Amino acid sequence: MDALIHISLIHFVIVSILLASAGVGTILTKRNAIGILIGVELILNASALNLVAFARFHPWAPQGGPALDGVMFTVFIIVLAAAEAAIALGIFLNLYNTLGTVDVEKAQEMKG
Amino acid sequence: MIMVAQQSAPPSNQAVVPFLFYGFAALTVLSAWGIVAGRNIVRMAVYLLLTLAGVAGFYFMLSAEFLAAIQLIVYAGGTLILIVFGVMLTSRHPTAHIIATGWERVLGVVVATVLAVLLLIALAGTPAWPTTGLGTSIHAGGAGVAGYSSVQTIGKALLSGYAVPFEVGGVLLLVVMIGAAYMARRRTR
Repeated sequence: MDALIHISLIHFVIVSILLASAGVGTILTKRNAIGILIGVELILNASALNLVAFARFHPWAPQGGPALDGVMFTVFIIVLAAAEAAIALGIFLNLYNTLGTVDVEKAQEMKG
Repeated sequence: MIMVAQQSAPPSNQAVVPFLFYGFAALTVLSAWGIVAGRNIVRMAVYLLLTLAGVAGFYFMLSAEFLAAIQLIVYAGGTLILIVFGVMLTSRHPTAHIIATGWERVLGVVVATVLAVLLLIALAGTPAWPTTGLGTSIHAGGAGVAGYSSVQTIGKALLSGYAVPFEVGGVLLLVVMIGAAYMARRRTR
């Protein structure tokens, strides 16, 4: 009961695990390419949440805030996620113009 | 619940923390697994919005206010809009799934009205803010109330210790902008 009320690092890590596994499940079950992109965003969010939680509960963290390194890594994760989404959607638009679908099962022209 | 946190909150508001945590955890995890179970791509995008908002709430709990803000602005405001645009451009009849019908429309109006009423009640219960006229500042020092300002710390770090990754990130965004515009352009042959 005490472990349920006193929120600490382990709680955030559990949420992060559930987020990351949901992302993996999304990637594995979806055939729409945009669905797969959403799964990737979930995994990125899980890792970012993990970084901030470990930074906040680190022994060297400053009083009342997270350690700087974890926050900076998360800033760059968000930048990379935005860049990745833009490029991926550009690719999906080209795929749709070429094949008329974003079903990843149908995009097999490069299959040897 | 936010209202409770602000009103009955002496410096240590430990009693509210578990409720906030489990609320955000339920929002985040349930909508994330809703994405796994979902079949409608537009609905999956909405669930992703809820998940991102829940993670932003966790960032607020962890005192990373700047991260929570850019999570909401960049992710929920930018990346998610990009995904919705991608859905609209690559689905055959996307608008058939977007239009709300019947009770969904009623539910939306009810939720918006309840939110407005709750916010007005919270505003009525708030003591008057110490205000000054426009053009003068009450925060001469610039430091936050709690003595820890994540925005100030991050801003200084981005231009000192993290200057090289910052510049590399800027170049990356430029490359991505040009590359995405190049790939998504209309072919004229």
